[in-house]
Amino acid sequence: MKTGFRQSMAWAHGWAGLVTGWLLFAIFLTGTLSFYRHDITAWMRPEWRPAPAIDRATAADRAEARMQVIGTDANRWLIDLPDGRDRAAHLAVWRDAGHAPRFQREEFDPAADAPVVARRTYGGDFLYYFHFDLQMPSVWGRLLVGLAAVIMLALIVSGVIVHIRIFKDFFTFRPQKGGQRAWLDAHNALGVLALPYHLMITYTGLVTLMFLYLPWGVDLAYRGDRAAFHAEAALAQPAPRPAGRPAPLVPLGPLIIRAEARWGVPAGRIDVYRPNDAAAIVRIHAADSSGLAHRRHQIAFDGTTGAIVAIEDGRPAGILRAAMYGLHLGRFAGPGLRLLYFIGGIAGTAMIATGLVLWLVKRRPRRQRVVEGLNVGAMAGLVIAIAAFFWANRLLPAGLADRADIEAAVFFASWALAAVHGACRPHLRAWVEQLGLAAVLYAALPLVNAATSGRHLGYSLVQGDWPMAGFDLAALATGLILAALARQLGRR
Amino acid sequence: MKALAIASRVLAAVAGGYALAAAIAASAATALPGQKAEAALIGIMLGFVAYTGAMIWAFAARSAWRAWIGLMLPTGLLGLVAWIGTIA
Repeated sequence: MKTGFRQSMAWAHGWAGLVTGWLLFAIFLTGTLSFYRHDITAWMRPEWRPAPAIDRATAADRAEARMQVIGTDANRWLIDLPDGRDRAAHLAVWRDAGHAPRFQREEFDPAADAPVVARRTYGGDFLYYFHFDLQMPSVWGRLLVGLAAVIMLALIVSGVIVHIRIFKDFFTFRPQKGGQRAWLDAHNALGVLALPYHLMITYTGLVTLMFLYLPWGVDLAYRGDRAAFHAEAALAQPAPRPAGRPAPLVPLGPLIIRAEARWGVPAGRIDVYRPNDAAAIVRIHAADSSGLAHRRHQIAFDGTTGAIVAIEDGRPAGILRAAMYGLHLGRFAGPGLRLLYFIGGIAGTAMIATGLVLWLVKRRPRRQRVVEGLNVGAMAGLVIAIAAFFWANRLLPAGLADRADIEAAVFFASWALAAVHGACRPHLRAWVEQLGLAAVLYAALPLVNAATSGRHLGYSLVQGDWPMAGFDLAALATGLILAALARQLGRR
Repeated sequence: MKALAIASRVLAAVAGGYALAAAIAASAATALPGQKAEAALIGIMLGFVAYTGAMIWAFAARSAWRAWIGLMLPTGLLGLVAWIGTIA
């Protein structure tokens, strides 16, 4: 450890960045891809073509009718209505003890008035959940991601302290100088370019799981009664006691119209407690895409009469939390802003990657075999694993049982193989070979799509099928960028 | 000795920083005026900021001892505030 404030910061920045960098790279990359989660899912289920969208009130009525088929014995229904990006309604059903299954889900296409029929895949949700769960049991992944996020915040702050000439650095890029200087310039430029984004996305990420990370205030103030806190903060309401008398549930469509008329923004989620019981409550939330603050507006209706029983529009701290949450998910963002979110995320991922490379370059000519191997395995390996996941999605037989889990297994197996390769091969060769392989895997994805679905670029571009065409074009661009990187490194 | 000092700072950053964040969340929830749920939310959101600052402080302080003292003192005080808040 060195003396002096900036020297200490530089020292801590380097080491903390090294030990968390591999994990942060994976969190940033999978999180960035999650901004296009539904488009990725659409590409991974090419046989499902949603019918033209219908109005939300009709969609709610049809979802309700479907629930009366699959969830008559349920104590709670949850209906997430389709929006512009996710064309399926997501139905979930909970049952009391003694009824099986206790929890059940279904994807439903209200426009076709039928369940979604497509190959089994986790789709974009796989990357979305990996982003904060890391596929670990219980909450271990979430705790690890949270600790990494706080360290990321400290890394950003210490990085700013170290590179205090921040404005000047922004205009400094000297690739011709080569070696350490070029890597440092790239790291700084990427960091400074999207500095507000990096701070925002990291801090708001912590806010999304805040009750897991710091439950102590709630537990102390409410003496361990978290349900009471959630009710008071309008985050979740306890289910009403069943009256035990059957009563028909109100039609949901008119409730949607009334809620939307009050808010002036679209409704998104319908939570039905005790359906078909005299004590039924229908709680309607504004759509995630309706504004910055995530699920700020709620109205609860009596489930048998349709009378309003509660209105929640949020209080200041609650709205602040909801806005932070909404900022992180970016579901309010239209296509242009979404692209900016994506670019910011890629800049963050590249900043982490250049930082990890810089750690090695700084220590030349001394070799650091372990870090070299981990750099290749954690970064190039993950890029390959994601491509392998997409290939598996298209090459595994559509009717295969457990195919969703096999796709996930292909992801982890190819990541592990890449890590072994990265540890065995000479460092520069390992990078060139893995980036070269990744380039081929991504660039060929449009061909894989054309060979296995018929919704190829020539068709999707003409039809204006943007999820499909966008995925293919992004894969092609990724392949070309990776090929350029591999070629550049191969020249050394 | 040097390695021990570094390990001590790392522990101060991770565990000491978390203790400070928890103390802020707890004291805000129990002692801030206004609705309890609102106070609890503010406490958590401030807690993350403090955790970040604590990590910086743990490596900026002149010695590992100072790092610990600088974290434990406010943590203890806020813990006291939280305790008074629960009995008041």
